[in-house]
Amino acid sequence: MDNIRYDFEIEKDDFERAGEASSSIKKILRQLGLNSGIIRRVAIAAYEAEMNLVIHSNGGSIVIEIDPRKVTIFANDKGPGIKDVKLAMKEGYSTASDRIREMGFGAGMGLPNMKKCSDDFSIKSILKEGTFIVMKMFLKDGD
Amino acid sequence: MKLIDIMEKVKAEVLCGSEFLNTEVQYAFGSDLMSDVLAYVKGNTLLLTGLTNPQVIRTAEMADVVAILFVRGKIPGKDVIDLAMENSMAVLTTKYTLYTTSGILYSEGLRGIEQD
Repeated sequence: MDNIRYDFEIEKDDFERAGEASSSIKKILRQLGLNSGIIRRVAIAAYEAEMNLVIHSNGGSIVIEIDPRKVTIFANDKGPGIKDVKLAMKEGYSTASDRIREMGFGAGMGLPNMKKCSDDFSIKSILKEGTFIVMKMFLKDGD
Repeated sequence: MKLIDIMEKVKAEVLCGSEFLNTEVQYAFGSDLMSDVLAYVKGNTLLLTGLTNPQVIRTAEMADVVAILFVRGKIPGKDVIDLAMENSMAVLTTKYTLYTTSGILYSEGLRGIEQD
């Protein structure tokens, strides 16, 4: 399998299209014939990241790379950045508005769930610049 | 439990996906919090919810939820139904509340998901 890469631009506050990138990612992985367990983990992590970009960021991108050993998701945004990453990683901590909560999000589960879905997770955030997340899911025999 | 049996037990109406009514679901999960659906559901699950926005379908799609049962008589908009149809998902609605629906289905043998 050659390396494959897809880029998706994500707009701030675009709730109408929120989830389209993750839906495309899921279809791509299905077409590649990957195992349903890893597809699910990638789809959920990508969707949580996509929703975070729509809800919290000034816009950004989701990039997916697939190589013979792993699936990597890059979620990068243009700010505003997270003040306290350690606190943001805590289950239940959220800065989401009531409007977001009414939509069923903002429970403070996004980042912890992304970490849970990944074999390797890294997050770096710089105030006013942006947040940069890398999630790796390693392919095992049978995936 | 088959969707067609679930439909009968909670007097549900089918909003789309009648061709999938013979599908067997292993577990059910009731929540209006989509973040929790993403964190807990592990596939082959029926989602019970009162939330009717498009993100419910997107969440279900990502978490491999096979069918959605709207409670409290909720009927989503056409955009939501269209999205469910695109994803080959059965969508049902019942007038019962989340608690009553869960109670009926649990007593008929449909269990909740098991936590790690």
